[in-house]
Amino acid sequence: MAFHFPKPTPEQSTTTADAGLADSHHHERPRGLMRWVLTTSHKEIGSLYLIFSLTMFFIGGIFALVVRAELFQPGLQLVEPEFFNQMTTMHGLIMVFGAVMPAFVGLANWMVPLQIGAPDMALPRLNNFSFWLLPVAFTLLLSTLFMPGGAPNFGWTFYAPLSTTYAPPSTTFFILSLHLAGISSILGAINIIATILNLRAPGMRMMDMPLFVWTWLITAFLLIAVMPVLAGVITMMLMDINFGTSFFSAAGGGDPVLFQHLFWFFGHPEVYILILPAFGIVSAIIPTFARKRLFGYASMVYATASIAILSFLVWAHHMFVVGLPLVAELFFMYATMLIAVPTGVKVFNWITTLFRGSITFEPPMLFALAFVVLFTIGGFSGLMLAIAPADFQYHDTYFVVAHFHYVLVPGAVFAIMAAVYYWLPKWTGHYPHERLSQVHFWLSVIGVNLTFFPMHFSGLAGMPRRIPDYALQFADFNMVSSLGALLYGASQLVFVLVIVMCVRGGKKAPAKAWEGAEDLEWSVPSPAPLHTFETPPNFERPVH
Amino acid sequence: MRTLLVRVAAGLTLALISPLVLANGWNMPIGVTALSREIHSLHMTIFWICVAIGVVVFGVMFYSLFRYRRSKGAEAANFHEHTGVEVLWTAVPLLILVAMAVPATATLKNMYDVSDAEIDVMVTGQQWRWRYEYLGEDIAFTSNMSTPREQISGEAEKTENYLLEVDEPLVLPVDTKVRLLLTADDVIHSWWVPELAVKQDAIPGFVNENWVRIEEPGIYRGQCTELCGMDHGFMPVVVEALEKDEYEAWLAERKEAAEQEAMGVDREWELAELMERGEQVYGSICASCHQADGSGSPPAFPALAGNTDMLDDVEWHIDTIINGVSGSAMPAFRSTLNPVEIAAVATYERNAWGNDAGDTVQPSEIVELLEE
Repeated sequence: MAFHFPKPTPEQSTTTADAGLADSHHHERPRGLMRWVLTTSHKEIGSLYLIFSLTMFFIGGIFALVVRAELFQPGLQLVEPEFFNQMTTMHGLIMVFGAVMPAFVGLANWMVPLQIGAPDMALPRLNNFSFWLLPVAFTLLLSTLFMPGGAPNFGWTFYAPLSTTYAPPSTTFFILSLHLAGISSILGAINIIATILNLRAPGMRMMDMPLFVWTWLITAFLLIAVMPVLAGVITMMLMDINFGTSFFSAAGGGDPVLFQHLFWFFGHPEVYILILPAFGIVSAIIPTFARKRLFGYASMVYATASIAILSFLVWAHHMFVVGLPLVAELFFMYATMLIAVPTGVKVFNWITTLFRGSITFEPPMLFALAFVVLFTIGGFSGLMLAIAPADFQYHDTYFVVAHFHYVLVPGAVFAIMAAVYYWLPKWTGHYPHERLSQVHFWLSVIGVNLTFFPMHFSGLAGMPRRIPDYALQFADFNMVSSLGALLYGASQLVFVLVIVMCVRGGKKAPAKAWEGAEDLEWSVPSPAPLHTFETPPNFERPVH
Repeated sequence: MRTLLVRVAAGLTLALISPLVLANGWNMPIGVTALSREIHSLHMTIFWICVAIGVVVFGVMFYSLFRYRRSKGAEAANFHEHTGVEVLWTAVPLLILVAMAVPATATLKNMYDVSDAEIDVMVTGQQWRWRYEYLGEDIAFTSNMSTPREQISGEAEKTENYLLEVDEPLVLPVDTKVRLLLTADDVIHSWWVPELAVKQDAIPGFVNENWVRIEEPGIYRGQCTELCGMDHGFMPVVVEALEKDEYEAWLAERKEAAEQEAMGVDREWELAELMERGEQVYGSICASCHQADGSGSPPAFPALAGNTDMLDDVEWHIDTIINGVSGSAMPAFRSTLNPVEIAAVATYERNAWGNDAGDTVQPSEIVELLEE
């Protein structure tokens, strides 16, 4: 075993009872800002990730509101098309790489060690480094807004040659910032894998791990597999822009379609990176509040693994209209349709868990249930998009925008919120304010559906994505979407209020904050002291 | 009582949703080709399959949420894992998918069959217009959005086909298989007309194929669907389908006009004539970047009004129009514009908005330059 646990001395075992003082006899800890800059505690780094993610969620949200404000009615009112394109691009990049991914990494930092009975992440200093890369990366990315020629304006998918030959000068900064974010993700993933494989409590087999741990393990492997592909493709862009190569420039004998193959070979696993940990969270919350064991633990693990494997075989379904040969279209259509099977298994499992349970509706459960319903709606439109002939009509319209926002907002983001409500008592020692949490939930559900449901209709009726102005027949749908977006955006202020109130005080939570909860994190006090599981706990398999 | 309530609610929802979904403007258009009808029917089939699965899944879910509330005294059962159920809920979706894949495969094969086309049209995407070339007919023209900028900025009332109207639509005959060959000069564009169910990327360095056989005369409108830069939203596609004899008449007329224009190359043009023609060309080709008043939007799109580089060096000016500026957004208009149009637009730029070069650029000079 490569990891060294200090043997508890008699002195230590007395101080662990009062855990806040557990490290009082270690060297003095830095205070103030340096405490956060130098921290190697998985809990503090987890909090940093979550606060960073929340900040990015608001910045990306403001960009989205600029987009929705311009689209409130036909005509150009607020912004020029150039700036509109910068807003859609930055919104996508910030939300995917700055908000959702760091939120999941933050949750993993906090909860994976607690759920497997480990004292910390396996590589604590690396952990610190992978977090602090992110503020650098995103400051760099946001600074492009103030550069001559403006920020990246070619969409978050940055298709060449629009993103190379025709791109603004700031694109080189964008590439550097994505490299940094990518390195951060790879290091984070290595750390999570090392932690899960090496630091599980004695007696905990792989098939005993909570599903959040399982889904994160698989996600981490996906990250390690595809982030280098992203790094490769942006490096090729860098060469095309600055060093005269022609990877993606037809004029120099290059191939613009190659860009899309490489991008989506990264991009499709990436979208599962954004959703698999969400499956893990929901699989923890639903059994807790249904007070009933998850119906099929093993089949959930296998379904997650199948989805991960299939994710490498479906990338070209984003490219049905680029002129692929017929056999390629058929292969990618069949493979994509196949993903519906393991995804269905997951949904059926959650619902069968609810069946004949003893159900209560605490805030985490509300978000988890909304996740199941609304993610499934996103899954349905995904199934429709998989039908290649029909995709010729759907592709690059608002129908696609509706689809991926359903899986990402009431999907991934709702799962993150569910997780925050679920684990806040563990992090702060207080329950979140119940009534305000409910207000946040209902405003979010109404806002999200008002925003994204009409997009199905405008897309089917023929509205393309990424346009700053639109034909008159789409006006009503867009007005509803914009109002919904404003409601959804504003209701997130309630979320911040709930979190701030919960950190400062509120109803005290016991170690086991939810009576139906079973995993190891509920065996340590609330709030979790800085050092937990300094001696590995004895893991006992729950008896059913 | 509770189940009755659920049923009433479900019935009401369905009653509310179905007319909305089926009404025009909320759903994919059925379109005017055999393929578009096939695609529409695939779309509706998969939609109703999703609705059916949704009713069952959400039905069980909401039933459980109402029936097994702890506040109503529900005690949790303790069952988990059941091989039979798990095999069933893996196998049944698989069968549904296979059933769906069969017609989808047939339609896709049909879409890929571009053989036996009677007319070939080359479609070229450029920032931010379409160029149509009728192969073998010597007819080529560009198609620009014709919605006035005043409507976009809100200074004028928006009209019915706001953003979906062009100066010259692609004209095609009905009941004729037309093969479309798509490519692009600069970035990737995508040519889409919903009622024809044709969407195909136009990619620089590639020639993609698609085809259409329109069954009803009419005007069909669509847009570019691949983000292609600043004016991506202002790049409509309009197809006008004519009866076969009307199409033949249109074709003859276009050919004659092209011949007229070609003859104009040899003669000397007056300044006023060139200015008039040049203003048209400028308005449809150049104004989207360099602005109608020549003010441009620096640094990406330089101003032309008062541009001394341009006014002092007529050769450089013409060369820029013909060959573009590599590494910038300025495309080469060598093949997009004919010699008369190049001469006219150059003359216009040299003498409009207070520019006072006073010279004319003659079409014959351009012909010489192009031959070099």
